[in-house]
Amino acid sequence: MTDECHGFLGALAPDHRTRLLTFSHETALPAGTRIFEEDGEAHRFWILRTGRVALDVHTPGRGTDVVETLGSGELLGWSWLFEPYRWHLGAQVLHATRAYEFDAHEVRAAIEEDPAFGLAVTRCVASVAIGRRLKASRMRLLDLYGPPGARAAPGGGPR
Amino acid sequence: MRTGGRDAVVLDRDGLDGLIVLLAARGRTVIGPTVRDGAIVLAEISAGGDLPYGWGVDLEAGRYRLRPRTDGAAFAHSAGPQSWKTFLHPQRERQWTARTGPDGVPLVTEDDTPPPSYAFLGVRPCDLRAIQVQDRVLTDGPHTDPRYRRRRERAFLVVVECTEPGATCFCVSMGTGPAADRGYDLALTEVVDDGGHRFLARSASDEGSAVLAELPTRPADDGLRAAAREGVAQAAGRMGRAMPDVDLRVLMHETLTADRWNDVTARCLTCGNCTMVCPTCFCTTAEDVTDLTGEHTERWRRWESCYDLEFTHLQNGPVRASALSRYRQWATHKLGTWYDQFGSSGCVGCGRCIVWCPTGIDITEEAHALNQERAEARQAAS
Amino acid sequence: MNAPAVAAGPSARPAGPPLPYRVEARTVDAPDVATIVLEPAGEALPRFAPGQFAMVYAFGAGDIPLSVSSIEGDRLTHTVRAVGAISRALHGTRTGRTVGVRGPFGTGWGLGASVGRDLLVVAGGIGLAPLRPVVRGALAAPGRYGRLNVLIGARTPGDRLYAHETNNWREAGARVLTTVDRPDGGWTGDVGVVTTLLDRAVFDPPHTTAFVCGPEVMIRAAARELTHRGLGPDRIEVSLERTMHCGTGHCGHCQLGPVLLCRDGPVLDWARAERLVSVPEL
Repeated sequence: MTDECHGFLGALAPDHRTRLLTFSHETALPAGTRIFEEDGEAHRFWILRTGRVALDVHTPGRGTDVVETLGSGELLGWSWLFEPYRWHLGAQVLHATRAYEFDAHEVRAAIEEDPAFGLAVTRCVASVAIGRRLKASRMRLLDLYGPPGARAAPGGGPR
Repeated sequence: MRTGGRDAVVLDRDGLDGLIVLLAARGRTVIGPTVRDGAIVLAEISAGGDLPYGWGVDLEAGRYRLRPRTDGAAFAHSAGPQSWKTFLHPQRERQWTARTGPDGVPLVTEDDTPPPSYAFLGVRPCDLRAIQVQDRVLTDGPHTDPRYRRRRERAFLVVVECTEPGATCFCVSMGTGPAADRGYDLALTEVVDDGGHRFLARSASDEGSAVLAELPTRPADDGLRAAAREGVAQAAGRMGRAMPDVDLRVLMHETLTADRWNDVTARCLTCGNCTMVCPTCFCTTAEDVTDLTGEHTERWRRWESCYDLEFTHLQNGPVRASALSRYRQWATHKLGTWYDQFGSSGCVGCGRCIVWCPTGIDITEEAHALNQERAEARQAAS
Repeated sequence: MNAPAVAAGPSARPAGPPLPYRVEARTVDAPDVATIVLEPAGEALPRFAPGQFAMVYAFGAGDIPLSVSSIEGDRLTHTVRAVGAISRALHGTRTGRTVGVRGPFGTGWGLGASVGRDLLVVAGGIGLAPLRPVVRGALAAPGRYGRLNVLIGARTPGDRLYAHETNNWREAGARVLTTVDRPDGGWTGDVGVVTTLLDRAVFDPPHTTAFVCGPEVMIRAAARELTHRGLGPDRIEVSLERTMHCGTGHCGHCQLGPVLLCRDGPVLDWARAERLVSVPEL
């Protein structure tokens, strides 16, 4: 299984995938690297090949909470595609990571110029990255493994 | 209706009285219909005089009234509030007892007190089918309920074919009556006409034949056979209700999200009366009781209704929280999923659920409405 | 008389009273989860299969269904989460005490029908308990199955079950991936729902059998995702939960439409389960 045919890239048609990759270069990110910060300008994005990256948010008095982790095949960053092009969360490398790094300006220009490519990339970001993560986040909101009682309804108690 | 059998004989009223006395003399607890508290109930009887001679019933949705009859018939009444499950699958029963032994290890003893040997007199064909339905539930699966099985094996069944259906009866459309064809020890058909008051009797078991042989009987003549046949045939034409003539199992499967469920559950109080009077409803709950020392504990099993919120409780609450889901569970189980679970319908058309519903919900009316809604939806889609 | 003739076979046993089992060991897996190892105090129950369950009786309190999280001869292991009076009593039971056990009840996982196929075990929370014998069974028969993936979702790192053992599984050749909903300070592993781990599992969808257990919402999401990725619905086995009182198919509580879960389940394939779990309050 190669990194081109699964995860985010695997969801793109081969010609669009090849075109997208022309805007990228390979990069290695050592553990501990701060990739971006909340509210920073989103002018790059990554598709992870190996390793693990944490998306986090800083809370005064509580430190940094990891909200989600991303791994092999996943898209890191989608704020570059939508105005105001600023990151919602911070990102830090947990385990040494290799990735394709993209120049967001170039990709946005290509999207504007070629509607078919633009639709394919936008759809892919919307469904594979945003849609799937939204579903996952909503499920976590339910706290499914949490203790009973918090969500208990009337009608007797658990056994 | 097996009125033509070689051993078909005639019993008169004295002979019926003799049957009760004889069954009791054979060590059986005889249970039959008798008038009590304004209803025809099932209770232990000791003589023919206990039977409801001269009583009929007027039935409607949410209504039950005794009515005197001029013909003096004993079995010209349809289902009362109880059914035979009261005796075969009692409301409350101890299953086992545990007592802490000298080594601290609890000693568990199964409750295997020998049950009474029942004789049931006056089992209606629909109720005979209901007994067979409960047999499949409690003894035919991978596990057998040992206490039910013992009671059932020892029971002697005297069926009385139905000649007087009520306004809430629909056994014909369920294929369960008004004639009895198998699964009994003795079958009687009551005939009251110019020829007098008598019972055409035939046996379907060795013990049935042995019992008949000890009673004062005479061979049945063709006239009586014809009268018995005619009485049952006429009853078949006088059913007060009928289910729609469609595959009810498929109907239930296809209408799980029908609007009609909203309509019916606006009337349903989720009281569970229908489950208590239903002759096939078998659901129970487990109850554990402990004495003050904690060294003696008992496990009891008692009837429970699928209308109770507690019935489906999981760690975060009941699965069937709405009244809609609970009525739908009961009705679709009776008419539909019972086939999947136990190989037959769970409804025998006795009409008790209609009579004893405080708001008069009628399962046949609901089935017709669901069928109608399905037909309209199909028409709109085509 | 006219009662049906039913042979009182060996299956008559589970419908009888509970047999006493002694608590041989108890380990605490998570703040509200403990694993108890039970040894028959006298007569033993028939052998359990992975995925089947026992009704475990805390004398005087009552009994609850508990799946077997390990089976070694007559010895039964159950992992119990303290959520109500009975489960609290069993969770807190001490070594040397006696509990009652009835069973085995229900259907098991179809590991035997998956020879030569890739295996995908997807577990959420306490759902790993009934799946542990599947993982152990697959690892005990090297070469019999394809690749073994174990995807585990837990609430927090401290709620992970059998953490030592899952490392052994990894060393024995399984691909074990764990993710948590709520990381704590020291956690550098995955954060997210268990289905996000599917991207990193190694399996060939048409030749894979999945075994899924956890909260029903998680089961639905996982099974749909697996179907989307090309697994046949009949190759996705899920273990469902409903109220159970008797275990013998007689009390009626565990009905899920046409299914009596204590008899026809708790393991069902997705081809059968999908419609049942998609009708609310069925």
